[in-house]
Amino acid sequence: MSERAKGMNLTLKVWRQNGPQDKGRMVTYRVEDVSPDMSFLEMLDVLNERLILEGDDPIAFDHDCREGICGMCGMVINGVAHGEQVATTTCQLHMRHFEDNAVITIEPWRAAPFPVVKDLVVDRSAFDRIIQAGGFISVPAGSAPDAHSVPVKKVDADAAFDAATCIGCGACVAACPNGSASLFTAAKITHLSLLPQGQPERASRAKAMVEQMDAEGFGGCTNTGECTAVCPKGIPLDTIAQMNRDYLKASK
Amino acid sequence: MNELYTEGEPIRDAKAPEGPIEDRWEKRKFGAKLVNPANKRKLHVIVVGTGLAGGSAAATLGELGYNVTSFCYQDSPRRAHSIAAQGGINAAKNYRGDGDSIYRLFYDTVKGGDFRARESNVYRLAQVSVNIIDQAVAQGVPFAREYGGLLDTRSFGGAQVSRTFYARGQTGQQLLLGAYQALERQIAAGTVKMNTRHEMLELIVSDGRARGVIVRDMVTGEIERHTADAVVLATGGYGNVFFLSTNAKGCNTTAIWRAHRRGAMFANPCYTQIHPTCIPVSGDYQSKLTLMSESLRNDGRVWVPVKAGDTRPASEIPEEERDYYLERIYPAFGNLVPRDIASRAAKNVCDEGRGVGPGGLGVYLDFADAISRLGRDAVEKKYGNLFEMYERITGEDPYTQPMRIYPAVHYTMGGLWVDYDLQSTIPGLFVIGEANFSDHGANRLGASALMQGLADGYFVLPTTIGDYLANGPYGEVDEEAVAEAEIAVRNKIEKLLSVNGTRTADSYHRELGRIMWDYCGMERTEESLRKALERIPELREEFWRNVKVSGQAEELNQALERAGRVADFFDLAELMCIDALHRTESCGGHFRAESQDADGEALRDDENFAYVAAWEYGEQGPILHKEALDYEYVKMSQRSYK
Repeated sequence: MSERAKGMNLTLKVWRQNGPQDKGRMVTYRVEDVSPDMSFLEMLDVLNERLILEGDDPIAFDHDCREGICGMCGMVINGVAHGEQVATTTCQLHMRHFEDNAVITIEPWRAAPFPVVKDLVVDRSAFDRIIQAGGFISVPAGSAPDAHSVPVKKVDADAAFDAATCIGCGACVAACPNGSASLFTAAKITHLSLLPQGQPERASRAKAMVEQMDAEGFGGCTNTGECTAVCPKGIPLDTIAQMNRDYLKASK
Repeated sequence: MNELYTEGEPIRDAKAPEGPIEDRWEKRKFGAKLVNPANKRKLHVIVVGTGLAGGSAAATLGELGYNVTSFCYQDSPRRAHSIAAQGGINAAKNYRGDGDSIYRLFYDTVKGGDFRARESNVYRLAQVSVNIIDQAVAQGVPFAREYGGLLDTRSFGGAQVSRTFYARGQTGQQLLLGAYQALERQIAAGTVKMNTRHEMLELIVSDGRARGVIVRDMVTGEIERHTADAVVLATGGYGNVFFLSTNAKGCNTTAIWRAHRRGAMFANPCYTQIHPTCIPVSGDYQSKLTLMSESLRNDGRVWVPVKAGDTRPASEIPEEERDYYLERIYPAFGNLVPRDIASRAAKNVCDEGRGVGPGGLGVYLDFADAISRLGRDAVEKKYGNLFEMYERITGEDPYTQPMRIYPAVHYTMGGLWVDYDLQSTIPGLFVIGEANFSDHGANRLGASALMQGLADGYFVLPTTIGDYLANGPYGEVDEEAVAEAEIAVRNKIEKLLSVNGTRTADSYHRELGRIMWDYCGMERTEESLRKALERIPELREEFWRNVKVSGQAEELNQALERAGRVADFFDLAELMCIDALHRTESCGGHFRAESQDADGEALRDDENFAYVAAWEYGEQGPILHKEALDYEYVKMSQRSYK
């Protein structure tokens, strides 16, 4: 609240890259009188307003809902995807978690299948293509039976939901030393595998999605667990075991 | 008033079939012409927006075999703001056997909309609601379930039955991902061509028909022309005209406003919904507002200090010096009065100087009683994730000190006018979801936005657009019309970049939002609206003279994107104020201080205002066309929650 708000002074080291072909570099900015109640993106908004008025190019970054659910935002802050706050997207991170006079580095997701578009904006369309490969249940509109025709055990429905909360932000890939998209892919495979509606396509789905993931150039999983540590939705690591089981079965 | 607008011919036919209300949709479906399956792939449909309405529509049209091109401004169709809806989706399944029915959902929606929605449309919505749940479950949407394996439901504001299906606090996310996955399946099948990071900037109207769009590739800045046999706008609401709202940052009015400028009428622009339980503004830098689920009002008690200007911390204010004003004024409903009433009551106590927190713009939502009654664990189980979200944003612990909340703009019931087929006044231009005005009247009930978006996209539009397409073909697209639309886009961009003034687009947007919030917000008066109508043109004039947009047209340029949207918000804001000024009654989310009863409640004027106000764009000011609303089934009555 404002009564305890005291402006912070910060040094930002931000990755600036004009386009996919540009080499890119870190640029240092001073920002002063930052309110601890600001969100991280609001702090960048304020800096960008200043840059525009100075005739500079504002720092490009992706964001939309600013309430932690759309999955559009994402930056590596001080070396950690979405910053050090646990289970928090960049847009939900607030400046009160930083010290006055801190130096903060801000970089884009770094992974070969996520090429930089500009500054902190990356191309995550590889995720959409993984879903296209099979991350769905084939049921044209209007063809569904009554919703109560197939009961689903509550434990299965709850576990499916836990996997389905993935927001597709890509932090898992950015955090993984191998640049693996296993957690993202496994979350969708697990969500649909746990439901009776997902059974007919279960094997073909796992096979196609894993193959697409590999084709996009994501690395393999070595059980490092960095992905789940940074995941803003806490998708559990055992979804990857589920994916591997489904994939192995399907490949037999 | 007369100097602000003129009145044109009334709209006499919204094209709903005649006959008993329960047969009308069947009748329309049977009457709709069909397209031969082999011809469908030769028919090209553009769908703009990939939220619940646009995503489900594009997927379904693809499944039917049409050739679809879809656009969204985000980097993936999975991110549209439908994803943020928390509470649930209504459907008249009556799985609880608690007396629900299609007729009851229809009745509740018409009444909740304060008798300003069309009966035929709302009835169809209630009918289709049951199919939506079937569809979503079949897609694998993980709705909450009971131990017996069946779907769980909960009750929501404005209803006495339990008909809201939900997936924890993330129902919008799960339903959107269902639609997104169906869409991705069609992209893989080749029926839908997806264009992410593309923003629609103009509608192409050729020979009186909507035939395409001009879009900007937001990565390269390239201006592209796309033509088609029909265009569907599913571009959401315009709550961001207030700058601060619960909408995503990118939500904007440009697509529907451009269509309005090209001939699509804009209906009831002044109907906005203000949600009572949002986290208050904490400073000038605030970029958006976050909603706290309405369910909190089930256990939280709303209060402010009795004395104005009391700045003691909540814990030091004794019980007898607290005013639990909702419980005091509305003993029957207490803290659970509908959204519009709770919002206005909060504004009133803050206007009296009794608000709490920074700037005095907040009221307490206190869980102390609930915690002592149920125990901290029980409260945590019920609301833990919401409390956590609150603490993350404010840095305050709601278990030990009351939450501070304040109303915020949340949803816009107004939108482009559409007939029963969801077709606008431009033939070939269909509008679905929040972007149209059709089903919620002057106030939307909780858990009905998801229902409407998916009803439009999965079930209604795919049928009605077929009828339009079957009546074609509509000939070649006029090259000149395309070129003219493209030039309009290029000129606007060039103009924005060339002003080179001293203020950013965001700073103008913030100021415009402040004008709208102060003068066309929760409470409107003739005086406040006239003030807004003075200030808006002045500010717009300054904007075009003094805005500063850095960078170039042919690159990723977020400053340019914003400036273009703000320019359209100015024009929309003006129309909203004119609409609010002309409607001298209060109804639903539109509260005119001059029209209230002895208890300060909204007073409708059915004799003079039981109509949809559809505004046509005119160079000399807007032209009002009235569509009379008839109520054959639900008897008009004054809402009372005392």
